[in-house]
Amino acid sequence: MAPGEFPRTVVSFRFGHMLGIEPLSAEEIVFLLDQSKPFQEIQRHPLKKLATLRGKTVALAFFEPSTRTRISFATAASRLGADQMNLQAESSSLKKGESLLDTVRTLDAMRPDCIVIRHSSSGAPEFVTKYLPLPVINAGDGTHEHPSQALLDALTIRDRLGALEGLNVTILGDILHSRVARSNIHLLSKFGCRFTLCGPAMWLPRELECLGRAGTSIRRVTRIAEALEGADVVLTLRVQQERLHEPSLSIDEYVLQYQLTPERLRIAKPGALVLHPGPMIRGLEIDPAVADGPQSCVLEQVTNGLAVRMALLFLMIGAAADTPPEKESSHAAD
Amino acid sequence: MLLISNGRVLNPASGSDAQRDILLDGDRIVGLAPHGQLADQARGAEIFDAKGLIVAPGFIDLHCHLREPGGESSETIETGTRAAAHGGFTAVCPMPNTRPVNDNASLTRSIVERAAAVSPVRVWPIGAASIGSKGEALAEIAAMKQAGIVAVSDDGHPIANAKLLRSVMDYCRELGLPVIDHCEDSSLFAGAVMREGKQSVRLGLRGMPAATESLCVARDVQVGELTRCRLHIAHLSARASLDLVRAAKARGLPVTCEVTPHHFTLIDEDVEYDSRYKMNPPLASREDREALIAGLADGAVDAIATDHAPHEPALKDVEFDKAPFGITGFETAIGLGLELVHAGKISLMRMVELFTSGPARVLGIERRIAENEPGDLTIFSTEHKWTFRAEESASKSRNSPFDGREFRGAPMATVVAGRIVYQR
Repeated sequence: MAPGEFPRTVVSFRFGHMLGIEPLSAEEIVFLLDQSKPFQEIQRHPLKKLATLRGKTVALAFFEPSTRTRISFATAASRLGADQMNLQAESSSLKKGESLLDTVRTLDAMRPDCIVIRHSSSGAPEFVTKYLPLPVINAGDGTHEHPSQALLDALTIRDRLGALEGLNVTILGDILHSRVARSNIHLLSKFGCRFTLCGPAMWLPRELECLGRAGTSIRRVTRIAEALEGADVVLTLRVQQERLHEPSLSIDEYVLQYQLTPERLRIAKPGALVLHPGPMIRGLEIDPAVADGPQSCVLEQVTNGLAVRMALLFLMIGAAADTPPEKESSHAAD
Repeated sequence: MLLISNGRVLNPASGSDAQRDILLDGDRIVGLAPHGQLADQARGAEIFDAKGLIVAPGFIDLHCHLREPGGESSETIETGTRAAAHGGFTAVCPMPNTRPVNDNASLTRSIVERAAAVSPVRVWPIGAASIGSKGEALAEIAAMKQAGIVAVSDDGHPIANAKLLRSVMDYCRELGLPVIDHCEDSSLFAGAVMREGKQSVRLGLRGMPAATESLCVARDVQVGELTRCRLHIAHLSARASLDLVRAAKARGLPVTCEVTPHHFTLIDEDVEYDSRYKMNPPLASREDREALIAGLADGAVDAIATDHAPHEPALKDVEFDKAPFGITGFETAIGLGLELVHAGKISLMRMVELFTSGPARVLGIERRIAENEPGDLTIFSTEHKWTFRAEESASKSRNSPFDGREFRGAPMATVVAGRIVYQR
């Protein structure tokens, strides 16, 4: 695609929502990653603030506790010059029993230009889109999707390895309950990547093989040595300690079987990338020597997260500002 | 007097299928004869022209929730039974999970009295098996029977304790009441919101395997064998459960089961994040649906029951995993049943049986069109085209996944105790 030339599907996406990776095409993903490039540059400037979204407001509605993703979206909005409304689970009226619908309608009545939602219920952002006229960005919903995380992971991989096509990707941990794993499988499968999912058997149901683009090679493996063979990318998931109770698997047992150690990492291809969506628990799912080693991309991921989220906010708010007024009058029609 | 003239009368109990006139007087059927032959007897009678329509014994719904007392913002006995009449039902069996629970004779009596005052159709309550449906101690089942219950069930709260189930069944065998169980193993259920499978994994929604139901069916069948009490499996949804029912029937055990229209119509792949597709048991796999349809056709399934479960919008318009289980069902049941008939999956006679003599047998009664039988008739068209609009429903609630669905065939008139209580 020539620079500056948008495929039609991307144009329509710009005025919609960002609910998940699954419905996007490979071209749309490439477009989003390309759009993130200039924002990567900005993170290296001494003065990082743009005026692109001056006068615009981003509502950050985090119904589930979150530090990294919330700060990342807030910083992305600030660096684009947008104002923010902040709603956090701990302080929200949800504690007083207000429904999700009433809460987001209240936020909407303060006329933000976009709402970023993190929620513990899968599908909550999609549910909200049925009732609100403004663009919704999913910042992680339950065990469903975390699209901005998958995009920042893809940006990191593409920067380091040069391309996304045809990689062998190993995902370690609680795949069943991971929205990060789902979004990454959806994204990378569109580029022909092959997946090896590895973890305790109760977190590896057969149905996981059906995720991603039709025909994607997904194998399930319970032995980590086997899972790491030939890997170009190793995605280590956070082990939610609350999940360890569920099938009564002890932490020691998990560390013994699945911790990513330097010895185990040597089974993967030389120079294989190690990604982790954070928060990372050293000594549990990952050995500190791996977390701090040359193959680790953990801090790049964080920086790239800013770039990807700036691109998303820019495309969803900035691009919408260019549309004719009748397309923006959704509030009036409400 | 009311003359139902020249309809195609289907009588599953006898297998007869013929053009007939039916004369009703008072609350009874007083005449059944070929068209024109009742002319003298019917002089002065109100005439309903049923030409081109099917006339069937009154449809019975074994499984519904009328929400009164305690849930009147979602449904009342008055609105729920009106919706039932619109759906062609002449008798409905409300489950006891009201607030408070229908676990005592005075509450049963109040439901029966309220129904007598406001309901166009017969209301045959189902009493709780245990006090408060808590699964701890037997409810006052004999007293409730005197007050009018036709079966017992802790619907929504399966009886987890096998010893208590055995006591309930021993007791109900002597009272001649069927025990209806909502089969679910609570440890496998574990907070699930849909059937476990490709779709639950894709959507990131917590799924339960089919074994959640079939494990409990297996236990119930064995406790049933121990006690020889009549056992009825509510809203059966899984092939494995149906296999257990088939095996029990083959051994001659008094085991019956019902299937809902939504389970023979929809599957788990239809679930997105729309709470109108959330019910318990959840929509099952495609293979399960095929097995249920086979069971409806070959007799393994005894009845179609709606599990009409109204919830007001404020309860249902929430995150999928936080929404209550259940959908409305009275007004779409015949239309969905006819979809199976039009698709050639079951015969028209079989469909009528699943709504009439089938559920009647579960309750230990008969349902047929004959002189001196109660004047309850369901008159429907197999061809009338219409679209279901939830906002036009007689129910107080709107939670139907079939909103906007186009149907071929519809209830045209509902006759209860010799009187037309609904006419399209």
